[in-house]
Order: sequence, then structure tokens, then C-alpha cells
Amino acid sequence: MTIHAKGITVALFATCINDVMFPGTPKAVVQVLERLGCRVEFPLDQTCCGQMFTNTGYFDAAVPNVRNYVKAFTGYDYVVGPSGSCVGAVRHQHPMLAEHARDAGLGRAVDEVVARTYDLSEFLVDVLGVTDVGAYFPHRVTYHPTCHSVRVAKVGDRPYRLLQAVKGIDLVDLPAADQCCGFGGTFSVKNPDVSVAMASDKARHVMETGAEYLVTGDNACLMNIGGILHRENSGVKTIHLAEILAHTEGGDR
Amino acid sequence: MTAQAQRRTPAPPPGTYLGMPKFQKNAKEQLANEQLRKNLRHATGTIRAKRAARVEEVPEWEELRLAGEAIKNRTLRHLDTYLVQLEDSLQKAGAKVHWARDAAEANRIVVGLVQAKGVDEVVKVKSMATQEIELNEALEEAGIAAWETDLAELIVQLGHDRPSHILVPAIHRNRSEVREIFLREMKQYGTPAPEDITDDPAELAGAARRHLREKFLRAKVAISGANFAIAETGTLVVVESEGNGRMCLTLPDTLISVVGIEKVLPTFADLEVFMRLLPRSSTGERMNPYTSMWTGVTPGDGPQDVHVVLVDNGRTNALADPQGRPALRCIRCSACLNICPVYERVGGHAYGSVYPGPIGAVLNPQLRGIGHEIDQSLPYASSLCGACFEVCPVRIPIPDILVHLRKEVADHKRGKPKLEPTAMAAAGWVLADHKHFELAERVAGLAARALPNTTFLGPLPWPASAWTRARDLPMPPPESFRKWWRTNRGEEQQ
Repeated sequence: MTIHAKGITVALFATCINDVMFPGTPKAVVQVLERLGCRVEFPLDQTCCGQMFTNTGYFDAAVPNVRNYVKAFTGYDYVVGPSGSCVGAVRHQHPMLAEHARDAGLGRAVDEVVARTYDLSEFLVDVLGVTDVGAYFPHRVTYHPTCHSVRVAKVGDRPYRLLQAVKGIDLVDLPAADQCCGFGGTFSVKNPDVSVAMASDKARHVMETGAEYLVTGDNACLMNIGGILHRENSGVKTIHLAEILAHTEGGDR
Repeated sequence: MTAQAQRRTPAPPPGTYLGMPKFQKNAKEQLANEQLRKNLRHATGTIRAKRAARVEEVPEWEELRLAGEAIKNRTLRHLDTYLVQLEDSLQKAGAKVHWARDAAEANRIVVGLVQAKGVDEVVKVKSMATQEIELNEALEEAGIAAWETDLAELIVQLGHDRPSHILVPAIHRNRSEVREIFLREMKQYGTPAPEDITDDPAELAGAARRHLREKFLRAKVAISGANFAIAETGTLVVVESEGNGRMCLTLPDTLISVVGIEKVLPTFADLEVFMRLLPRSSTGERMNPYTSMWTGVTPGDGPQDVHVVLVDNGRTNALADPQGRPALRCIRCSACLNICPVYERVGGHAYGSVYPGPIGAVLNPQLRGIGHEIDQSLPYASSLCGACFEVCPVRIPIPDILVHLRKEVADHKRGKPKLEPTAMAAAGWVLADHKHFELAERVAGLAARALPNTTFLGPLPWPASAWTRARDLPMPPPESFRKWWRTNRGEEQQ
């Protein structure tokens, strides 16, 4: 593996849920990006994309998140987040929220920073031009393409291509992969019965594959499906794409 | 004699749509019905696959969608002009045009027209607009029997039931249930089903055919909706599969069509785009079996007394809202219902309207307003997965409209002492500034240290039970990413 990105500085958008609940994921992003020669910074002003507020109808509560995002990430050429959903919210909702705030200056700043915001898989494949990141993961894995990564951030098959290039991996297809896992942010608690019905079907399909690991590019969806997998003692573990990509032969991850 | 016995047609279930509890409660009830879930999984899965195959074979599908969107947008922008043009064209062609502001007015007009004919029954072509205004019940109250002639609508009507899907209103029934309904009910309202009928689809269709035939031949008045109304020519279009529509539209002497004002298309040429989009999106067919078009009255051929009732019933509310307006582009194909993971699991009855599924969740709160519990809950009846937008033939951004309507609902509830606004305000404070957020992280870290051997939390009391009743919840680790970064990398970034 060669060094691809000498001298590129990346601002890490950890996302609030990863920061608190799944710190292993942003650590893995740091590891992968540094291995590929990037310099990683973590702007401390960042908090959250605000999607939870926006999608529950509380636009006013989301606006400070847009301001934080702009404050934290303006000036960077590359902002990279390990979440199709949060990156999708930044791209798709921040311009709308700036309009809601009737703040044209904020709108211009948002447009500027949105254009430089990438999901991890997009940054690796499109900007660094790499699918083989030198990872090694000798396990049976199935991949769920999360709704917002595919339909909002539009990452396409980039995560799948990155996984295919992992050494030792046994990548098996997930039946009905394109169906939502039922997380949906506050949908998971506002409509818990429907959410659980969807998550249970997803978990059943995961178990049918015989995979040891379920991988996605969004930890929120993993938390939902994983909640069922764990409750049912399925033995299937959940893992974020970044953590598989960080794993190397003989490495500690 | 009881009121029940005086009815001419099967009574629908008691209660009203607007009196229904919120979606969450209805959904929970429907989810418990294993048979329903099985029927829906099978039916939506089959029709999804058919649609996908038929769309796949059209290389210019996206261009067609864009054209459909553009035509509908232009029409809605100049709706007043096109409606007046439609009225003029219809009148020139010999049709009589009536305008109805709401359901009550539309029903009054139709009841009056039927009474003027001195008849006590009508045959009906499947029509969403007449379902929406609950015309059958208005007719029943006036002593007029309205007979549904579409097979699935007949199943719903004879089953004392409500429709649960726009295209296949009896999708929640399987064939053995249909057999039972036909055996029990047909004899009360006309030609009975054969006593030895099986659940073979051909036999069931045969029984429906015989039951309906006498009604077609007897009827003096037919009532329809319209899929499209062409402003340029005054032509109405009905797209169907069974031929029952063709019978209703040609046999009776009087034809009354109830048409939502958003159904207008500017020119006949515009129809080309929609006749390609609709069947493939709807039934997954290249072309539907029957397309009927009529332009006013043709002397000596077909209905000689032709009426068109143009209905608003809340559509101008949606039209006035730039964010909500795209929902009026809907051509009632049901592709969004069939693809929706929520609809697939709960079915149409949970939505409290004749318009269920994703399109219902954006249409009903706009047509009816958000004054009722059911309409306040509908914008939340979605995980925002976005599959509906992908299949919509006129590219209605349903997830965006849902989010917009959630804001309307949240604004409506603002200041009320409820859990959600309070929780949102608290979370808003935490996430508004990284210093607040770090404080919350420390609290989460303390909780984690207090339970050092716990990686997952099991069942918890309300409100956490919404998550933990069926799903475990991972514990936050003692050290957040931010803390790790400050400890390990903080120096170099300064």
C-alpha cells in the first residue's frame, strides 16, 4: 500500500452520537486517514448536525447546530464524517435551516462548507482515489446500505467497494438489503412498535446470512439492529465500516 | 324496524376517520394481526417486483418522471386558468359543470342530480374522490343505493369494511376471506354467490361478474371519478383493469363524474407522459387493460346527460403552501404505498383515511388540516427512509414534505406541557454549544463508570421503554471521543 494523501488536512466531523456512544468509530477514521497520509484535525466547536431536531419538527432548535457546524468547519478543504445520515443532513437540511433562520450570511457560509463535506466512503474513493486502504479483516461480514447514506448522501456502492478490497473478508449479501431497518431517528421511539417490527425483520435477514459481523456506515442504524441482535443473543456483532477499514494484519485493531 | 335494516347497502364499520386515535395506536393494533402482515408482505412484495421489472425496461424513465413533474408543476402554478378552460371545454362539449368547495357541497350536488333522475340506485366506477367525500354514505342517507363495481371495492363494500390501499383497496384480504364475504353477503344485495364456490380466483371473479351484471344492466345513473381531465378538449380519462368502468361509463344514460381540481392537465398531448408513467408505477403493467375517454356528450352514443363536479375539499390549502404543494402532483398510483416499509407492516387502516401510506401521510394533514389527533400523528408515520420518493412517478419529495409538516405539528404543540417539546428543548440546550455538550458527555461517562461491567442495558421504565422493550441499548463508554482526543491529540492541534 502506498501513501496517497501526503499533506492533505482533513477536519474530522465525528458526529455527536459517535462522540458519546461509539468513540471507536471516529478513532478508526483517524487511524485510516493517517495511515493514508492525511493530517487529521478535530475542531472542538462541533456538536451535532441537528437532524434529530429538524426531523422531529423543531427547526429553531436545529439552527444553533448549523451555526456550530459552520464555525467549526469553515476554512477546511475537506470535512469528513463517518455517517451517511449526518453528512446527508448537513448537505440536504443545513441550507433549508439557514433559510428558515432568514440569515443569508449563514446560507452562504453553509453552501461553502456543505460543498466540502464528505462521508468517509466518498472521501476515500473520490478524493483520495483509493478502495484498498490496506485493511485486513478475516471474518464473514454482511453489509446493510443505510437509507440516508444511499438516498440522501448518495454514497452509492462506495462502501461496498471499500469492503470488497479488504483482505481476508468474506462478504455475504444481505437479503432485502434496501429495506429500512426502522431506526428513523425519533421514529424509533415515537413509533416503537413499527420500528421494532422493521428492525426484527432486518435482524432476521442478518442472521440468515450466517455473518459474524453486520457492517454499515451509520452507527445509529447499527445501534437499532444491534439492539435486537443483542436482545436475541444472536451472536452477530455490529461494526462500523471505518473500524473494519482500520483493522490491519498484525495491527491491534 | 332498526336503522340497520333500512339500509340499502352494506353498512361500513362504525366510527369516523377523523375520530380515529393517533397512528401509533392504530399501528400497534394492526401489527398484532399476523394474517394481515402475511397478506401485506406477500401482496406488496409481488407488486414491488412487477413495478421494478416494468420500470427497468424504460431507459428514459427518469426523463418521463421529470416531464410528469414539470407538467404537473405548470398546471398547479396556473390552476385557476386551466380550470376555467376545462369548464369552458366541457360546456362546449355538452357536459354540465358543477363546483364544490368541500365534501358536503359535492355530496349535495350529486345527491340532487341523482334525485332529479328519480332513481334510487347508481353504479360506481372506482373513484378516490368519491371515497374521500364519503359519497356512498351521503347517497345512502338520501335512500339511494350506490353499488361499487370494481372487484376490490365490491369486496370492501360487501365486507362492511374500509379500503386499505389506493389501487387495491382489499389488499388486506386473502382469497379465503373474500370467499366467505361473497357467500355471506352477496345474497342480501342481489345475485348470490354459488353455494359451492371455492376460493379459486377465477370462481370468485365469476361470482362478482354475475352479481354485478344485473346492476350494470339496470342502472340509469353511473358515478365515476377521473384520472385526468384535459383542459384543452374537455376530455375525462378513466384508467382501469376490469372493464367495470367501461360498463358504467357507457351503459347508463346519466354519468356524474366527481373530479378533484388537481386532476386537470393542460393539453391532450400531456396525457402521453402520464399514460406511460401511471400503469407501470401502479399495477406494474406496460399498459392497463381499459382506458376510457369521453368528451361531454356524443349524441346517440353513451350517456346523454353528462355532469362533472369539480371538488376542492382542501386542495387549495395545499396549493397555498409552496412546501406542501408538490403533494398535489399525485396521480394515485400507489407505488409509494407498495414500497413503504411502514405501510407493509401496518396496512392502510392505521392511517385513518382513504389515502394511506406515505402519500396519505402528506395529503391528509394538508387536505383536512392538523386539528385532529390522527392528522397530527401522520407526518410522523415514517422512518424517512426515502424509498417513496425514489418510486414516485411525479417525483413528490415525500420525506421533505413530511419534515415540513412535522414542523407545522410541532409549532401547533408549542408551549404545551408535553414530554417531547421539553425533551427537545433540553437536548437543544445540550447541543447548541460544545461546552454544554462536553458537560453532558461527562455525565454520560460518570454513568458508565457507575456501571463498570455493563455494556448493554436491557428493559427500562418509561420513557426509555419505547426503545428497550424489544431492543437492548449500548452503554456509553467511560471516555468520549472528544476526551480521548484532548488527552492524546490535544497538544499537537494547538
